[in-house]
Amino acid sequence: MRACVLPVATTLRTASRTVRHFAASACLPRDKNVAVVGGGAAGFYAAARLLAKTKNVNVDVFEQLPTPYGLVRFGVAPDHPEVKNCTTKFDQVSGSPRVRYFGNVQVGSQQLGLDRLCSAYDGVVLSYGASEDRRLGIPGEDGENGRVGVIPARRFVAWYNGLPEAQGLRVDLESYDKVVIVGHGNVALDCARILLTDPADLATTDITANALETLRNSKVRHVEMVGRRGPLQVAFTTKELREMTKIPDMDFICDRELVAAECSKWAEWLDASRSLKRMMDLLMKHTVGEGRRQKKSFTLSFLKSPVEVVYDQPGAEESAEAPPQRIRFEVNRLEGAVDAARAVGTGAFVDIPCGMVLRSIGYVSTPLAGAPFNKRRKIIPNIAGRVTDDSGELVSGLYAAGWVKRGPVGVIATTMQDAYRTADAVIMDISNGHIGNDSDTGRSRDAVDQMLDSSGVLETCVTNAQWKRLDAHETEAGIKTGKSREKVTDIDRMLSIIRSE
Amino acid sequence: MLRSLAGTASSLRPRTRISLLASRAISTFRAPVATYKHKAQQQQQQQQRLWFVQQVSRFSTSTLLSKDVTVTFIEPDGNEIQATGEEGTNLMELAHENDVDLEGACEGACACSTCHVILEDNVFDSLPEPTDEENDMLDLAFALTDTSRLGCQVLLTPDMEGMRIKLPSATRNFYVDGAKPSHH
Repeated sequence: MRACVLPVATTLRTASRTVRHFAASACLPRDKNVAVVGGGAAGFYAAARLLAKTKNVNVDVFEQLPTPYGLVRFGVAPDHPEVKNCTTKFDQVSGSPRVRYFGNVQVGSQQLGLDRLCSAYDGVVLSYGASEDRRLGIPGEDGENGRVGVIPARRFVAWYNGLPEAQGLRVDLESYDKVVIVGHGNVALDCARILLTDPADLATTDITANALETLRNSKVRHVEMVGRRGPLQVAFTTKELREMTKIPDMDFICDRELVAAECSKWAEWLDASRSLKRMMDLLMKHTVGEGRRQKKSFTLSFLKSPVEVVYDQPGAEESAEAPPQRIRFEVNRLEGAVDAARAVGTGAFVDIPCGMVLRSIGYVSTPLAGAPFNKRRKIIPNIAGRVTDDSGELVSGLYAAGWVKRGPVGVIATTMQDAYRTADAVIMDISNGHIGNDSDTGRSRDAVDQMLDSSGVLETCVTNAQWKRLDAHETEAGIKTGKSREKVTDIDRMLSIIRSE
Repeated sequence: MLRSLAGTASSLRPRTRISLLASRAISTFRAPVATYKHKAQQQQQQQQRLWFVQQVSRFSTSTLLSKDVTVTFIEPDGNEIQATGEEGTNLMELAHENDVDLEGACEGACACSTCHVILEDNVFDSLPEPTDEENDMLDLAFALTDTSRLGCQVLLTPDMEGMRIKLPSATRNFYVDGAKPSHH
């Protein structure tokens, strides 16, 4: 190991590249190899930073789906195409000769365990996001007597965005006119907006053909979005709320007295909260109290916790997809300071009749076999991106970025900053010699390739060039139907298109 | 300071314009959807262009010839980069043409906060008010200041000559990992 500091090595380091083969055993600076697990925004931004700030770091991005971009493809709403422009940067990243994309590869599986990545690469960045959602934990949530129960908003979003595993979701929007969404975040607002927007306005987007058809036949006219706390504790952002005010022929209903009362009660605190202050102004300017003047309505409800999904007419004659009938809420009041307010039940209950219930109270990450995981916080334990084990010790060469690092909050800009900080940690550890030691020739790119070959990854993976083929296919199919893209929603079909030439 | 020299070299202007047009063409191609948001943004840009034309007639002696304007970007580490662009170029495009370390995740569509820049007081005051849409994005920006704007929404005008533009330091309100960031 210490051979690196011998004068002979120093001399060799400055020598011409033509004598490089002489120095193979004398540990000349070698390229470093970093694996990124998860090809979403966090993974690509981490890779982008590694490319931009170093000259000798190669990055291999592993993604379990054939398609890259993660939630930029399957989470960002179809009517937000400008948000997806970040994929231009991701494409620049995967177009770099120092970057390889390995789609259709499940890290943590028998084929490719995390330990194999850790022993082949100098550093491994875990950026696999948050693949599940938080449950309400109430009776009736999973359905009863063949009823569908509460649908995860995440799954609904994945359905209209074409995620293959969500295509089996039965979405019935024709048997009833009201949907209740539990949760006050941007995912909830996305669902509400998609349900209430004129489908003609979605017809040019990359929403799936199936979802567009379902929405065209939708009888849903009213959406109520319910949160357990008050207007000053919402998690959505102003942009998404403003979009709700721009949907034509729709009443935007909320308890204006409550908003006004909360704003005056916490006026001093609110003056220092620019974004919330603007959001409350927006609410007061664009909402109406009770009463339906328009044919559509969006209701923002506060201070209610769901306690039970009530099914009125259980019976074998009901169809399996029959929706729940009522969702029962307990009315809350707030206790404590405004920025740490707790919802406390008052013992009063209210039922809201509806057809479909979506739960949208947050995402959670799941553990990856072989990686540390904090079961309570549902993240990979880390110090500024460097992964720690159960006893709090740093795990050399293992890093985390994005939602699996800090929890599923924030917009793409947040994830970008977060991934940059993680990449900076990797770069710092390389320059300090903590990882990527030049004498460690067992971690060369050749060794990486041998490992990928022997595990069969090279045979089954989808490369960037192959993804580009699918990308072109989808764009072309979109042009034919007047859409920005027609996504392929079945993995087997994706693979057959990819391998057709 | 090679980069700043490259930025001011007049021989590079034609190529820069072409790449600018190309990047616009690409973003148009990528998002062919004519939603109301795009229309709002176009209207807003038209308004800004109108305003800029008014500025030109006010400040420029030879009215219709567009002038080059030179400004200085200050990166978070203090590195200064001089950049020259034609009137009407937005600050994000100008930064990208001159390799300034400024992001632009949504490519100038006013749909993210990553091209956040901090202007001098007098320049900020001289600009038209940010639109609601820009303010919505600024709400989410890191290290927001009283003179923050989105680079993609600010167009160069002759009276910006010599302006110094600070890029925010992301680490300034870097929160403890895992902690939920509070609203600004």
